[in-house]
Amino acid sequence: MPKDIATRTFKQVGTRPLRPDGIEKVTGRARFGADFSMPGMLTGRILRSPHAHARILKIDTSAAEALPGVKAVVTARDFPETDDGLHDIRMNVMAREKALYDGHAVAAVAAVSPAVAKEALKLIRVDYEVLPHVTDVDEAMKPSAPVLHQHIFTANESPAAKRPSNVAGKYEFGHGDPEAGFRKADHVIARSFKVEAAHQGYIEPHACVANVTADGQGDLWCCTQGHFMVRAISAGLNGMDLSKLRVTASEIGGGFGGKTTVYIEPVAVALSRKAGKPVKIVMTRDEVFRATGPTHSASIDVKIGATKDGRITGAFAELRYQGGAFPGSLADMGAMAAFACYDLENVRTIGWDVVTNRPKLAAYRAPSAPAICFAVESVIDELARTIGMDPIDFRLKNAAREGTLSSYGPTYQAIGLEATLRALKAHPHYKAPLKPGQGRGVACGFWFNFGGQTCVSLNIGLDGTVALSVGTPDIGGSRASMSLMVAEELGIPYEKVRCIIADTASLGYNDVTDGSRVTFSTGLATIQAARNAIKVMCARAAATWGIPEDAVEWVDGHARPTGPNAGNFEPLSLADIAAQSHQTGGPIAGHCEVTAEGAGVSFGAHLADVEVDRETGAVKVLRYTVAQDAGKAVHPAYVEGQYQGGAVQGIGWALNEEYIYGHDGRLQNAGFLDYRIPVCSDLPMIDTLILEIPNPGHPYGVRGVGETPIVPPMATIGNAIAAATGVRMTHAPMSPPRILKALTENQAGT
Amino acid sequence: MALHVKTNVNGDAAEFLCEPDETLLDALRDRLGLTGTKEGCGTGDCGACSVILDGRLVCSCLVLAAEAEGRSVRTIEGMAKGDELTTLQRKFLEHAALQCGVCTPGFLVAAEELLRRNDNPTEEQVRYWLAGNLCRCTGYDKIVRAVLDAAKDMREHAHA
Repeated sequence: MPKDIATRTFKQVGTRPLRPDGIEKVTGRARFGADFSMPGMLTGRILRSPHAHARILKIDTSAAEALPGVKAVVTARDFPETDDGLHDIRMNVMAREKALYDGHAVAAVAAVSPAVAKEALKLIRVDYEVLPHVTDVDEAMKPSAPVLHQHIFTANESPAAKRPSNVAGKYEFGHGDPEAGFRKADHVIARSFKVEAAHQGYIEPHACVANVTADGQGDLWCCTQGHFMVRAISAGLNGMDLSKLRVTASEIGGGFGGKTTVYIEPVAVALSRKAGKPVKIVMTRDEVFRATGPTHSASIDVKIGATKDGRITGAFAELRYQGGAFPGSLADMGAMAAFACYDLENVRTIGWDVVTNRPKLAAYRAPSAPAICFAVESVIDELARTIGMDPIDFRLKNAAREGTLSSYGPTYQAIGLEATLRALKAHPHYKAPLKPGQGRGVACGFWFNFGGQTCVSLNIGLDGTVALSVGTPDIGGSRASMSLMVAEELGIPYEKVRCIIADTASLGYNDVTDGSRVTFSTGLATIQAARNAIKVMCARAAATWGIPEDAVEWVDGHARPTGPNAGNFEPLSLADIAAQSHQTGGPIAGHCEVTAEGAGVSFGAHLADVEVDRETGAVKVLRYTVAQDAGKAVHPAYVEGQYQGGAVQGIGWALNEEYIYGHDGRLQNAGFLDYRIPVCSDLPMIDTLILEIPNPGHPYGVRGVGETPIVPPMATIGNAIAAATGVRMTHAPMSPPRILKALTENQAGT
Repeated sequence: MALHVKTNVNGDAAEFLCEPDETLLDALRDRLGLTGTKEGCGTGDCGACSVILDGRLVCSCLVLAAEAEGRSVRTIEGMAKGDELTTLQRKFLEHAALQCGVCTPGFLVAAEELLRRNDNPTEEQVRYWLAGNLCRCTGYDKIVRAVLDAAKDMREHAHA
């Protein structure tokens, strides 16, 4: 670890200035995906399959094409198959031989008005041969299940799979011998769990405007977590050169992982090219639910053994995740995350990646982790109760720490799990009295965090202000954090910095905003770019003074001689150097292009009090506290915001949110009325405790904080319900009907 | 057949042509260029399109554009006076009560109407009044604090 991280005092990092994009957003002037328009723009709309699984025999678009006002129609034929590694996304963007889920796109139109576009969709005739479907993960794994793809043979299975199936892959992790561990245990608990799929639920539907000419040049404006990714896929699917398509990221109205892929963008590009006019596509909420997101649904077995003094001797988990119609359910990541919180001698996990007739999974905040955390932390809780040990003490006794060999391979550096657990235990919430019918639960959670490819450019203005261009869309206040890091490094006021999200033509490649990576990796690149600019400014000062470059240092926004021996010169401020730059060598800028490593894993622990209504099965969250390690909180208000927002998304999933499919394989609740996310009156304030155990991989010690907060809530709430009722819930969400059923069965059984 | 609608938006006369089945939300956004009002669902479930129609808080996606004839509409664009933000807008910024910001116009419109009716709401009253506005980023904590703090500030200012 660089020595200065733990002891460094910051002047601006750690303060709470107003966000630079704030006024635009409180006055309605910020432009989100659907807010951009162009002269002569057409409306694009997409026709979607009403069937969960159907062969497409024929698509007749002639009547739609003949409708006055229709300017272009596209189908899968407009996205020719090539060997470019984009097979699955191409099939998802526009169905080819088969429609694979209710909501799968089959054709699209561009017309002069929304009304004409809507009318045109009705005139497209699709002949389907309806096929048997499967939407449940356990059903999909059975040999008798309808098989979605003839080319999927289970990967990593021994002996090698001979027949195609819905099981795309098997993934195993761990070390030691869990069976031997269970033999040493005084108590072994094994339970099976189910977790239903949730949607990211961003309030802004996907939207884009494409303006592409027949020669394959153009612009695309869209709400996305990664415009470089949008460019790669949209250009790829339309046979365009990367550099000819410029993608600009609009303000983004929530993503949470759900906007790390594309749906409508390549379609708008194809329509615009064909129509010779700009085309705008905005999804309806119904389309968002039926065709985008959601998460996996999961079926999980967990078995854990411990001695009577509270030491875990063996742990095993088997995860069956379905991720919709294409491989990639992230069961492998779930299997890696399963026991990441614990220091274990004997641990093994198996993940099964399964396809079903549901929309293709998109990442959702710590994707894969909340479901397995629910299962593992529920069994941990039950073990602590069985042994008669405080649930935090039990976790502390087995907690991963610096030097622990994690269950998925790496050995941990400095981590904050113990600190968060201790902070919760010391918090007044943990000792607050509870009334009858109320219960308290605790759980801890983990996420890997990510670094990735990052490129930033920092330009010193002639007036001494600084413009920073980054390529990672700002989904939660990152422009404020970047500006703070620039101000800190250069020693200038925060207000002198402006951070923008540059388009794909103006900056080198950037990975998408995901994996809690932006404050870490874009921050790391920003600090490096600022340091590179400082080098230039010190060189300019040295030349001005006629002394060697290494005799100049940068302190508090000024170049100054390193000491009396270097010479006696008045310090030059950033503004002084900038003003004279035209005479000292021209423009001053700092750049950084990096693949950021060392993201630093993240741990958090949550505490909840609930009250269960035994007549309705409704659960009220009375009090909630989040403790999490941030490494270093650059803008603490937005760190708290991540903790609170993630926790509430987790509470929603724990209590209400789920994809409900009918026997016909169609989604039954594709709207916010029936897919109910938490509202203001459902919740208490969410208390936060920010711990700061510096990440050795970042110059300021920063860790990503965005994802971990959604991991523990489902387990935390489940454990609180168990404490309140004596009933262990094993199927999430723990909605009123499920709670009532469990309470009734428990009563019948006793 | 297009309808000709004459209305008042944020204190100014406004007129537009619209289809009979067009929503007020679409007319505001697509006919008048007032894109501060957002569409999150189109079914009245998310509150992102909240506006005040003749003193009543409504989802503009559930109102026909033609219903605005002869009435007055207040949207997010009508809040700040020039470069001067309202207390609520200021408190939303100070409390970091927004992350992505797409629900923010709806929350501000709804919260302003609450404080017009009740200058001293309890936390519970704030939470129930705002229960028709969905926010997916913040968990509502900072929004509720911002509204309570704005109410306090406005009361003190009114009595000063």
